[in-house]
Amino acid sequence: MALSQLLSSSSRSGNRLKSLSSAISLRHPISTDTTPITVETSVPFTSHQCEVPSRTVQTNAKELLTFFRDMALMRRMEIAADSLYKAKLIRGFCHLYDGQEAVAVGMEAAITKKDSIITAYRDHCTFIARGGTLLEVFAELMGRQAGCSRGKGGSMHFYKKDSNFYGGHGIVGAQVPLGCGLAFAQKYCKDEAVTFALYGDGAANQGQLFEALNISALWDLPAILVCENNHYGMGTAEWRAAKSPAYYKRGDYVPGLKVDGMDVLAVKQACTFAKEHALKNGPIILEMDTYRYHGHSMSDPGSTYRTRDEITGVRQERDPVERIRKLILSHDLATEKELKDTEKEVRKEVDDAIAQAKENPVPDSSELFTNVYAKGLGVESFGADRKEVRATLP
Amino acid sequence: MFGVVKQKMLRLSLTQIRPAVSALRSYSSAAKQMTVREALNSALDEEMSADPKVFLMGEEVGEYQGAYKISKGLLEKYGPERVLDTPITEAGFAGIGVGAAYYGLKPVVEFMTFNFSMQAIDHIINSAAKSNYMSAGQMSVPIVFRGPNGAAAGVGAQHSQCYASWYASCPGLKVLMPYSSEDARGLLKAAIRDPDPVVFLENELLYGESFPVSDEFLDSSFCLPIGKAKIERVGKDVTITAFSKMVGHALKAAEILEKDGIDAEVINLRSIRPLDRSTISASIRKTNRLITVEEGFPQHGVGAEICASVVEESFAYLDAPVERIAGADVPMPYAANLERMAVPQVEDIVRAAKRACYRSEPLAAVA
Repeated sequence: MALSQLLSSSSRSGNRLKSLSSAISLRHPISTDTTPITVETSVPFTSHQCEVPSRTVQTNAKELLTFFRDMALMRRMEIAADSLYKAKLIRGFCHLYDGQEAVAVGMEAAITKKDSIITAYRDHCTFIARGGTLLEVFAELMGRQAGCSRGKGGSMHFYKKDSNFYGGHGIVGAQVPLGCGLAFAQKYCKDEAVTFALYGDGAANQGQLFEALNISALWDLPAILVCENNHYGMGTAEWRAAKSPAYYKRGDYVPGLKVDGMDVLAVKQACTFAKEHALKNGPIILEMDTYRYHGHSMSDPGSTYRTRDEITGVRQERDPVERIRKLILSHDLATEKELKDTEKEVRKEVDDAIAQAKENPVPDSSELFTNVYAKGLGVESFGADRKEVRATLP
Repeated sequence: MFGVVKQKMLRLSLTQIRPAVSALRSYSSAAKQMTVREALNSALDEEMSADPKVFLMGEEVGEYQGAYKISKGLLEKYGPERVLDTPITEAGFAGIGVGAAYYGLKPVVEFMTFNFSMQAIDHIINSAAKSNYMSAGQMSVPIVFRGPNGAAAGVGAQHSQCYASWYASCPGLKVLMPYSSEDARGLLKAAIRDPDPVVFLENELLYGESFPVSDEFLDSSFCLPIGKAKIERVGKDVTITAFSKMVGHALKAAEILEKDGIDAEVINLRSIRPLDRSTISASIRKTNRLITVEEGFPQHGVGAEICASVVEESFAYLDAPVERIAGADVPMPYAANLERMAVPQVEDIVRAAKRACYRSEPLAAVA
């Protein structure tokens, strides 16, 4: 009731609001309405060795509009990265996340910055969700000083330690024991926080994952292993790589939950459930049923091992951004135009960040030798021709 | 000395000193002695006592008191939250250790021998060594990987490899190799305090050896600098570099050479990465001859790096070709006579030194 009154009043005083907003330079008119709205997740959760969280989720206009904006921003960012790569401004590896945005956004909504996240190399959007800026992303991708790793890491090595985002890892599966180590440390320090260690369906068969899971279960670590199952490990479909692709069950004695990873509210619900579980009972596995529109990386067209029909089918039926758009429109939380305006703003933000990043300088040559050690002890290091290039490590 | 007095006045230091003192064997007039094992144990104990972020993790480190008893008594003193027995899953627990270090804890991860570190080497190199660089300084990794390395006695090919040159080739790691008890205690303390990943390569056969120790050594603040070699024996005719068990061999070789009028300078490297090139260089410029000694495989070994470095920096000072003594270029055999041939012996070092001084005996028939 109150909601529709609020909305009708805002459209009546629309012009006044507009001039007000331009006077105050509000960048986006996201509703601050926090009246609870109840929504059902797309599909119920499936569980292994634990009870199932309710598929009824509480949300509100502010949250839904924030979700829309955040996911639209991530979508635009990844598509822009595609163009930059083709323009050869990004080199080497570039693994894009478009299609999977709901996992990053839903997870962030369920937790705080005290909780830790670690992921593999498809990390651009996770970095943004943890508070990273577009400039840091594009500058890092283009190897510039303003990059989050000052241009020394590249696409696969984004970090934001002050938000407890631990990267950004290039070796498939390695991030899972690392994540269990973060959980160990959280427990050791009695921080009452959890770690989300993300991995793909390709990494799900790695031995070290099971080693880390065993230790996490033995020591009751607050570790949440999140399998972002986009159904293809590079070019290998899950049924060709895993004897059992029911990844949420692979923990055996460790409970698991299967979640529709294209539904941001389901992701949020599952992560809230998992955090509570992990703090009390130790590790849990979340399998996010998700999809990537791009190939594995920019060198993979993504169409040799799956059909274009499949890709368009997912885009039409399950796209996370579209789902939220429909939800917002069906609940009258914003107009189509307002959502399109949001998308335009987001596009401009991305374009501005790219322009800024392009102007940013490459790292100074002296940076070749910085950060080899945290404490360099005045040791000497060498360039390719050691008689020509030497440095003392700080 | 003043630092020692100041430390002793702190109540905290008394409990830290106690373990070291209790491990002493003091003779009526002789210097105090301590085994390498006791030295390592005291270093772990004191560092764990001083910093609650330090914890120990590995196979059998807790209830078993350590496979080689290095961690004896630590579980009882610090509890199961800080002394953790792991399953036999090196990749898993090494990764967990590195993750804990990312968060800010200071793990000491024990490998029962470094042969098993190969199961976890991705975490040592890619997760630990390179992280500070890739993150431009955001993610430092204050971890120590320690355990016995190299040949023991009769343990065969899969349990005898020396990993010094493998780890020392990697930028981002620090690689330390103690010889004496003083080395063991001082370098392990330095390693634990260091904010970077340190690979600490011990030697099983040295654990039981006793060395004289000073009062300074017994103080809880005792620490050796990383990256500095020690000249164990000053000499003027030939430089012999060695590390770990081979230092003992080199010193024995020096005694034998002395009788033949060759005055050898023996350098205990202590730190394989960073390598103390300036100490080695200064020694070569004095003696003009170099023998490098190591236990590991010869190809691409530590000696190869030292020889290349000396030739690059001090070519004009060399009066003889540089020489390398290393383990044999074969997997370690089991039979005692073959094993003996696979590892450098004192006579190998003596022979090489004489060659460098143009005093060699006629060459034996080559196989």
